[in-house]
Amino acid sequence: MSNWTARDRAEIARRVAQDIPEGWYVNLGIGIPTLVADTVPAGREVIFHAENGLLGVGPAPAPDELDRWLINAGKQHVTLLPGGAFFHHADSFAMIRGRHLDLCVLGAYEVSSGGDLANWARSSTDTAPAVGGAMDLAIGARRVWVAMEHVTRSGVPRLVESCGYPLTSAGRVKRIYTDLAVVDVTPEGFAVRDMVEGMTLADLQDRTEAPLRMAEEA
Amino acid sequence: MIDKFVTSVAEALEGVPDAATLLLGGFGAVGQANHLIEGLLETGVANLTIVANNAGYGEVGLARLLKEGRVRKLICSYPRIAGSTIFEELYGAGKLELELVPQGTLAERMRAAGAGIPAFYTPTAAGTQLAADKETRAFDGVPHVMEHALSGDVALVEAWCADRWGNLTYRRAGRNFNPVCATAARLTIAQTQTVAELGEMDPETIVTPGIFVDRVVHLPYGDPQD
Repeated sequence: MSNWTARDRAEIARRVAQDIPEGWYVNLGIGIPTLVADTVPAGREVIFHAENGLLGVGPAPAPDELDRWLINAGKQHVTLLPGGAFFHHADSFAMIRGRHLDLCVLGAYEVSSGGDLANWARSSTDTAPAVGGAMDLAIGARRVWVAMEHVTRSGVPRLVESCGYPLTSAGRVKRIYTDLAVVDVTPEGFAVRDMVEGMTLADLQDRTEAPLRMAEEA
Repeated sequence: MIDKFVTSVAEALEGVPDAATLLLGGFGAVGQANHLIEGLLETGVANLTIVANNAGYGEVGLARLLKEGRVRKLICSYPRIAGSTIFEELYGAGKLELELVPQGTLAERMRAAGAGIPAFYTPTAAGTQLAADKETRAFDGVPHVMEHALSGDVALVEAWCADRWGNLTYRRAGRNFNPVCATAARLTIAQTQTVAELGEMDPETIVTPGIFVDRVVHLPYGDPQD
């Protein structure tokens, strides 16, 4: 029996949010990253960007306040905070590619120990591929963090030596938040910043393809 | 007197030829010029190349064009969304050519076309299969991919407000690709929900100046539905 409990999706998101300081401009990908917006501590101003042309994205609207003209990149209805702005797609991706975003948090299928990211296609002959803004975000944001489950549903590690799925970007991921741990990508490979309570480095290594070591400062 | 307003969708679409390349604004259900897009069904044009972020949803707009076999090729960043079943069937059956382009590259290729820049280098997609056959070049040691400008024969955009000179504003997330598409086509056609007298729109807030717009049709249909 294990002595630890995995974080659920909301808890992964909350753990990410803890590390986002006030004043950062942040883009959140689809999936677990989207939940990060709801878990930023009260009173901390973080400005969320949506690649379809919004800065200052707020929480989901109450049902009676739904505005059909306000959606985020995941096509979910959102609100706009006071101070928010609209802009067109070329400007939106100028913000992304031009290194103006402090952070983007993306979901992933796999991340390699060299920081390579695979999150857009499961094979090179995907039946209906879709890339969206993933490649722009993964190359353009000043920091790229990943939020995902540590292993697949069938238990296959997602933190790997080398990505098997088609790459989104090479060498750009700096940190990974999973249901089991927070792992930095360093020039020497994966370095564990923290793990869920009760988990040992040996437990985590059993669920990780590439070698792990503890980070020197965490 | 300059008056870019036309009175019907048919008039707005006059002269759109077979095998045209069309730039479509819109992201998800918001900011789609669906009345103009569906108007193409009436004009009978076919063999179209469509440039759009998504490949349509349900059975409106672009999805209807696809269903009726009017589209030869899609240039698109995110064709597979909830409700994009018509796209998935056609693509799966090999009846539709797809050029998949990262979203920011798609926007910038149209921006470049509208700005008279034939090609540019971007770090996006370097080292991935989407850049496999493309020229790459290192700047400051970082690989970049050469991308070509993407112009259209026709752009179909949805505005919120327009005047007779073709000045446009948009509504919230309905802006998206619309102002970019408007710059990048030889013939830009806008449908607008509201109309302003000349001089009524605040010059400080006009998003697309009328120089980019050729025809406007007033179609007050209300909120986008999803």
